[in-house]
Amino acid sequence: MSERTRRNGELESLEKDLREWEGAEVAAFVQRQPERKDDFTTIGGFPLKRVYTALDVADTPLEEVGLPGRYPFTRGPYPTMYRGRHWTMRQIAGFGIAEDTNQRFRYLIEQGQTGISTDFDMPTLMGYDSDHPMSEGEVGREGVAVDTLADMEALYDGIDLEKISVSMTINPSAWIMLAMYIAMAKKRGFDLNKLSGTIQADILKEYMAQKEWIYPIEPSVRICRDCITYCAENMKRYNPINISGYHINEAGSSSLQEVAFTMASTITYLDEVTKTGLDIDAFAPRLSFFFVCGSDFFEEIAKFRAVRRVYAKIIKERYGAKDPASMRLRFHCQTAAATLTKPQYKINIVRTGLQALSAVLGGAQSLHTNGMDEAFAIPTEEAMQIALRTQQIIAEETRVADVIDPLGGSYYVESLTNEYEKKIFEILDEVDEKGGTIKLINEGWFQRHISDFAYETALRKQSGEDPVIGVNMYVDPDDDPDIEIHPYDPETATKQLARLNRVRAERDDAKLQSLIERFKAEAKDDSVNLIPVTIEMVEAGASMGDIVEAGREVWGTYQESPVF
Amino acid sequence: MADSKKTPIRVMMAKIGLDGHDRGVKVVARALRDAGMDVIYTGLHRTPEEVALAAVQEDVDVLGISLLSGAHMTIFPKVLRVLKEQDAKGIILLGGGVMPDEDVTELKAMGVQGVLLQDTPPNAIIETIETLVAERGAR
Repeated sequence: MSERTRRNGELESLEKDLREWEGAEVAAFVQRQPERKDDFTTIGGFPLKRVYTALDVADTPLEEVGLPGRYPFTRGPYPTMYRGRHWTMRQIAGFGIAEDTNQRFRYLIEQGQTGISTDFDMPTLMGYDSDHPMSEGEVGREGVAVDTLADMEALYDGIDLEKISVSMTINPSAWIMLAMYIAMAKKRGFDLNKLSGTIQADILKEYMAQKEWIYPIEPSVRICRDCITYCAENMKRYNPINISGYHINEAGSSSLQEVAFTMASTITYLDEVTKTGLDIDAFAPRLSFFFVCGSDFFEEIAKFRAVRRVYAKIIKERYGAKDPASMRLRFHCQTAAATLTKPQYKINIVRTGLQALSAVLGGAQSLHTNGMDEAFAIPTEEAMQIALRTQQIIAEETRVADVIDPLGGSYYVESLTNEYEKKIFEILDEVDEKGGTIKLINEGWFQRHISDFAYETALRKQSGEDPVIGVNMYVDPDDDPDIEIHPYDPETATKQLARLNRVRAERDDAKLQSLIERFKAEAKDDSVNLIPVTIEMVEAGASMGDIVEAGREVWGTYQESPVF
Repeated sequence: MADSKKTPIRVMMAKIGLDGHDRGVKVVARALRDAGMDVIYTGLHRTPEEVALAAVQEDVDVLGISLLSGAHMTIFPKVLRVLKEQDAKGIILLGGGVMPDEDVTELKAMGVQGVLLQDTPPNAIIETIETLVAERGAR
């Protein structure tokens, strides 16, 4: 009897057993006690079976599961994964002026954090100077204020940037922040090719979800392209983009939409960059990704495994990459802020811990765990310490990091991974057929899907169909949080403006003006890379607002037609 | 429930400042619309003055402002000032989003008639609006 015939015989006999079991044991049990629900689904709506068996993965070729660090990378991007070193523990921080945030960075490093992640305030993210009327009340509130190179220098002062990787979460004005980072690093004598880190610079998901934008879509995508091509030439270890599903999910999408829409954006960036003539293998190894780890434990793990496989196939089959390093998707992960509750806020520690575990079992390269108090305000030092300790417990005490992809081969996880892959490709085909990502953003297609799922989620929480402990289940009527939240220093704006005004007073205005004119001319010419002139502008004391305004004169602004 | 012959309640939902978090505001806008109200959504990045004047021009019963940026203590006083200047006493001002409890107390003292924070179920928001409009009476 051949191996294959024997295997088919086993599967047939399993199928028979399964039918018998449903008719006998299961039926008898259900009659005595019905199951909790008629239909079980993932949070994202994937229907779930009672149990998964070898039958569910019988059609999956073993090479689709494969091995870690080998195409199609289902089991992880690297051959040794956390046995080599743990994921980067990267708690985001940002508030007040640069010195305030620098102090928090130093605290987190002292506590064992292994990467830095920077949150900027809304004016910085949107490209307004701290003294612009739109900035009132927002300077240094939800992140750190950065107007000029002088702020950048204070922000990372005393931190060895060749030793620790630095992530900067910023989008429409990201290219200016990148220029400031480069100018600062040069001034401190660092080798640009030794700097590692990430600038988010993923503008497409802004129009879809996070809604931080300045310019219309096309020039904004061109700026992202410039970041990618500049870094491919000059910063070999730096990730010039962090293509993000996190914000799509937080804006209300399902986990499936999160990864599918992120791949749709990715295809647009890949098209833009390869159009310049740059070979896919010259830049794809430095593309990085960012996803959420949400509440549905196994769905999230399947999502991470599936998106790695989908990405590998896109890069290899659609773009003809040769280098396996181009095909491996590496991602940062953050626990889901939208799942944090104000009632009984301490239980957020447990939520975050379980979500973080799914990120680790899903093979994340870098992780941020949310603070228990983030449904109130930005986190306190204590909340961040507990969040970091959560990661350290997973890494050091549980031993889950000792075997790679420990859920590989689970009938359920493999089956859900397959389902995910299939659905992601279906969505990508639909995007292609309908005319591509940019056209569909303009038509509000992604936005509509996201707000639909957000609305359905709100209704499911209201009905209790989606349980939220402390909110629609196990409500504690006596819950009166005695919580100390992160204070906002009312002097922040005054301190920030003092430095901005000093820079303005000290700079050579004529020189800056001529650089701004050069920038405007180059902005009009799509073939020029805007990073070099931007570096020169920030070195000459240009503020974020100066540069953004000059760009507005050339490109105009983006106007959304909101859908709800 | 709303009587079908009655004029529907007119609501303006607004986002002010640089805050781009629009998940909540859109969920609420849709829930109110599904409940039979007339809903206008301003879109993002409006100024307090723009929104207050638009609410007066549109003659809304309710102005709901969603803020997750922490700038509520700067923004609400400005909206209230313009509403007062316009003598728009009939407009019920509501807030929503993420705000510390002590700020909520202060906002209510200032004249914000209700603050509906994250995780408030859509039905509770509909009910609050129907009650407040009924209490205010016809204009």
